[in-house]
Amino acid sequence: MKKFFRRGKGIEFLFLFFALASVFFLAGIVVVLFSSGLLILRTVTLREFILGRYWHPLFYEPPAYGILPIILGSFWVTLGAMCIAIPLGVGAAVYIAEVASPQLKEILKPVIELLGAIPSVVYGFFGVVALAPFIMRLFDLPIGFTALTASILLGLMALPTIVTISEDVISSVPVLYREASYALGATKLETAAKVVFPAAFPGIVTAIILGMGRAIGETMVVMMVAGGSAIIPRSFLQPVRAMTATIGLEMGEAASGSPHMHALFGIGCVLFVLTLLFSIAAERFSIRFRRQVGI
Amino acid sequence: MVDIITSCQLPVASCQSSFISQKEIKISICSLNIWYTDTQAIEDVSLDIEKNKVTAIIGPSGCGKSTLIRAMNRMNDIIPSVKVKGEILLDGENIYGEDIDVVGIRRRIGMVFQRPNPFPKSVFENVAYGLKINGLIKKKEELIEKIEQALKDAALWSEVKDRLGDSALDLSGGQQQRLCIARALAIEPEVILFDEPCSSLDPTATAKIEELIQELKKKYTIVIVTHNMQQAARISDFSAFLLLGKLIEFNRTDKIFTHPEDKRTENYITGRFG
Repeated sequence: MKKFFRRGKGIEFLFLFFALASVFFLAGIVVVLFSSGLLILRTVTLREFILGRYWHPLFYEPPAYGILPIILGSFWVTLGAMCIAIPLGVGAAVYIAEVASPQLKEILKPVIELLGAIPSVVYGFFGVVALAPFIMRLFDLPIGFTALTASILLGLMALPTIVTISEDVISSVPVLYREASYALGATKLETAAKVVFPAAFPGIVTAIILGMGRAIGETMVVMMVAGGSAIIPRSFLQPVRAMTATIGLEMGEAASGSPHMHALFGIGCVLFVLTLLFSIAAERFSIRFRRQVGI
Repeated sequence: MVDIITSCQLPVASCQSSFISQKEIKISICSLNIWYTDTQAIEDVSLDIEKNKVTAIIGPSGCGKSTLIRAMNRMNDIIPSVKVKGEILLDGENIYGEDIDVVGIRRRIGMVFQRPNPFPKSVFENVAYGLKINGLIKKKEELIEKIEQALKDAALWSEVKDRLGDSALDLSGGQQQRLCIARALAIEPEVILFDEPCSSLDPTATAKIEELIQELKKKYTIVIVTHNMQQAARISDFSAFLLLGKLIEFNRTDKIFTHPEDKRTENYITGRFG
């Protein structure tokens, strides 16, 4: 036994345990999520669940468990957030990496990273007291809690992820490529647009997908400002209900073991699969980027 | 030294070197000084580069060879802390002059780097890049023709003609370096600078590049930095020996390697240091 420890085997097993712990937790979550979530298929078919147009889990007879409006709610809000975060985020990253002076870079990067350190409830609060009334007045709406309101806030929240990763990626494009381009008589702008950006592109896609993952998984803000009506959205100025918000809002009132509870877990499964796909896609692009720049 | 500086200010001028005919001077470096922040990397170097010849810059690591060659197409500009004093005349025009078009200079003076650095694009796109950004082609057929010619001139065509669409990163190191040469040739520069082009290549690939350089000097003026003295002896017409940022000796290569005038040159080429 003494020998066993002296060889460092004991330490090795301890760290193996640490490494496996997160795998166990993940496996546990997946098992619980799917074992409960799949039970909704005893009440409705998969098609009715995913493509059903009506979400009436309570106070309706018979209740309806179609989550299409909720999936679309998440989709719209995420799409809107990306419309804001991608141009702003990538633009800012290009500026910081390629144009800004070192001193300005020193200031800009931490400030943008600080955006990511603000708790989401604070964004939600800001949305409720400032942004929603502004949207309401701007578009002359009866209420300011809309898909647009949530999109703007989620876009801001995804911004640090996109800017930080994109900037790292652009900066890590080897100086060799830039030199090759300059030596062929290219200007700084041509080099940035035709060599640096294409080389960094898969990495930037990774940044965008990770930002999207952040937006689609975000709960607090969409609960507070998206409005929460589970109808298929027709415009960004309508209130919507996202998947995360549905789970967050209704988990408390759903009876344990009821189809409603299973449906909420089912939504969790859909969300899990979506974010898993995002992660896989992000990893794929990240590998492509590393290959391209040779790191 | 004063009279040398004066001679540099004349339109077409040279600084010294009796063995180089005045009419054949392509580049004339005059009293060049280069600093990185506070350290001086190049100290009062004057040197003439003859047209259609191979001029080698030799010397131990850290002697300023790369700094000197990178000064010739203003590649040092990319590094913010660099300060340059002195002149480099390209066909009599100072490339450090006030209204000079740096991008235009780099188009006329191509460069091949120490590590092969093809863009992460296809073989075809790598060669097309310089042609496209400089607006040197009007028709698609012309582009294809020029790319084929550049690849042939770089002795790479037979190896890549069936894989022009493949990523350049899939080529071997030697092929990548010849692709970089093809890329530089495509825009038809007047001078090509080679900054230790073989330092990351195996002997076979090195031999191919050396052979190629011999071929290229018929059309281009060539400057090559190398830490490999045998390489300098094999391929160059003139050699400049640099030590700690100073030009110690500059002469015909056969002279430098058989009858060096300076003791330090002799010590270096006989392998006593470096």
